[in-house]
Amino acid sequence: MKRFQTMSVVISLEEIAEGIYVLTLECPEIAKLTEPGQFVNVRMHDAHSEPLLRRPFSVSFVEGDRLELLFNVIGTGTRFLSTRRPGDAVDLLGPLGVPFHIDDTFETALLLAGGVGVAPFPMLRAALERAGKKVITLLGARSGVQIADRRLNNAYVATDDGSRGFHGSVVDLFHATVARNAILRPKIFACGPNRMLSVVAAAARTIGMDCELSLEGEMACGIGICQGCPVERSREGRKYALVCTDGPTFNSRDVVI
Amino acid sequence: MTVKTSFMLRHVEFQNRVFVASGTFGYGDEINDLVDPNKLGGIVTKSLSWKPRDGNPPRRIAETPSGMLNSIGLANIGVHTFIEKKLPFLRTLKTRIIVNIAASSVQEYCDVLALLERHDGIHGYEINVSCPNVKEGGLSFGTNVDRTREITERLRPLTEKPLIIKLTPNVTHMSEFARAVKDAGADAVSCINTLVGMAVDVRTRTPRLSTVTGGLSGPAIKPIALAKVFEVAKSVDIPIFGIGGITTADDAIEFLLVGACAVQVGTTNFVDPGASVRIAEGIAGYASSNGIDDVGKLVGSLKADVKASVLQTWL
Repeated sequence: MKRFQTMSVVISLEEIAEGIYVLTLECPEIAKLTEPGQFVNVRMHDAHSEPLLRRPFSVSFVEGDRLELLFNVIGTGTRFLSTRRPGDAVDLLGPLGVPFHIDDTFETALLLAGGVGVAPFPMLRAALERAGKKVITLLGARSGVQIADRRLNNAYVATDDGSRGFHGSVVDLFHATVARNAILRPKIFACGPNRMLSVVAAAARTIGMDCELSLEGEMACGIGICQGCPVERSREGRKYALVCTDGPTFNSRDVVI
Repeated sequence: MTVKTSFMLRHVEFQNRVFVASGTFGYGDEINDLVDPNKLGGIVTKSLSWKPRDGNPPRRIAETPSGMLNSIGLANIGVHTFIEKKLPFLRTLKTRIIVNIAASSVQEYCDVLALLERHDGIHGYEINVSCPNVKEGGLSFGTNVDRTREITERLRPLTEKPLIIKLTPNVTHMSEFARAVKDAGADAVSCINTLVGMAVDVRTRTPRLSTVTGGLSGPAIKPIALAKVFEVAKSVDIPIFGIGGITTADDAIEFLLVGACAVQVGTTNFVDPGASVRIAEGIAGYASSNGIDDVGKLVGSLKADVKASVLQTWL
């Protein structure tokens, strides 16, 4: 798969929910090639070596030559990103990883996002709709002000504090949704903290739904060299897969999280 | 002016003095779209053992200030798969291939090297006696001077190619180990492997690596690496591959000046895959603009009074 290390140019930075930002970058080479679920590894420093390593971000949306990254500010790396201004250069390596599989025979996609796990879904949903799939989007966050539903109209919302939508977790909302509606030939796409994903994977197994996860992993290179991001495989053969090159998308049956 | 960048080690000529360090370039075929390996002095492969190794459970890496802690645990495809799947690609490259070998017994080192000797396309061996992240082999060899000497003595008769021993800095005097492997027939030493380090998550009160401790690399360790190379260079007459936090040509030149005959670029490859080639070009540019016609003339040319250093007490 073709990929580039290249300088992108910041177009805009927008706070779309409390503490959650969308950085829009102009980067024709990478934007043209990116498929839903893929990521870019972003360099977090200019002249100095702090913080040293790149950080992986799902590509959230692509429009023409531009791509969008969605993130919350949690450390020095994301603080660096949140201080970029229009015209600044940002070094990207990508597109990386295995895209979501959207060509299967399912009819209805259930998108489950926990917190900033919503990141890959705007692009995924657009692709699913283009492919003629029905899409049900479920977003969870601690509080309503943290729901990042930009480009995700008509999403169902769950909040831990009950301040918006369903009072409970996004997995609870999923169970309620499945119980209330007859969903034709479903497939789950889930992204969020590992704790949530392991619950989603268990639920999918119990009710017999196909389920694809987008995993996070601490990684350095993003291209399979450093071997820093193993995830345990559930099948015979090698013990670990790498999140960066075997994923970040995995069928929930294939991994142990 | 034309600058000579090449150098010889044993009977092998290397086109320049910049290599990529083991574990930071895979087996070459996973990264060659992002950097041209043919512009490097050589590729040191990911460590190979006799059988494939799964490596350690996650988490395997943690970032620290200007550094990276890793505990990969020598995850690798094993020597047989390497020969079948990776060596054919490496043979197509113009650059030199140094195969790094890791093992949990002296016999395993010998078996891996002897098997590789039966195949074309390998120009030398780097012996990893210093992995800090595996319980068997690894540091238990590299911190024991008699074991380190024994491994070198056993491997030396098996090959006519350059034999490089990668030494650990997790000892009191690296020069003692360098002297031992020189006496046992090694052609060069690599200095330094990672330093044992640790990071803690205060929220969960747990270590940030599954193996509790890991190996520290990156710019954070460069001053330590330079002092170690200086120590070895001043006390033992053996070619040194300088390793530790090199990100720029100036960093690499520092290593040459203190006595490294070549350098290996490691962690930086993860951040900036093209850095090693730019470093090679930068060294040649530095030599040229300083009127130096051979990069080799930089090696050990530091203007320093070693007696001014505390190192002098044990040299």
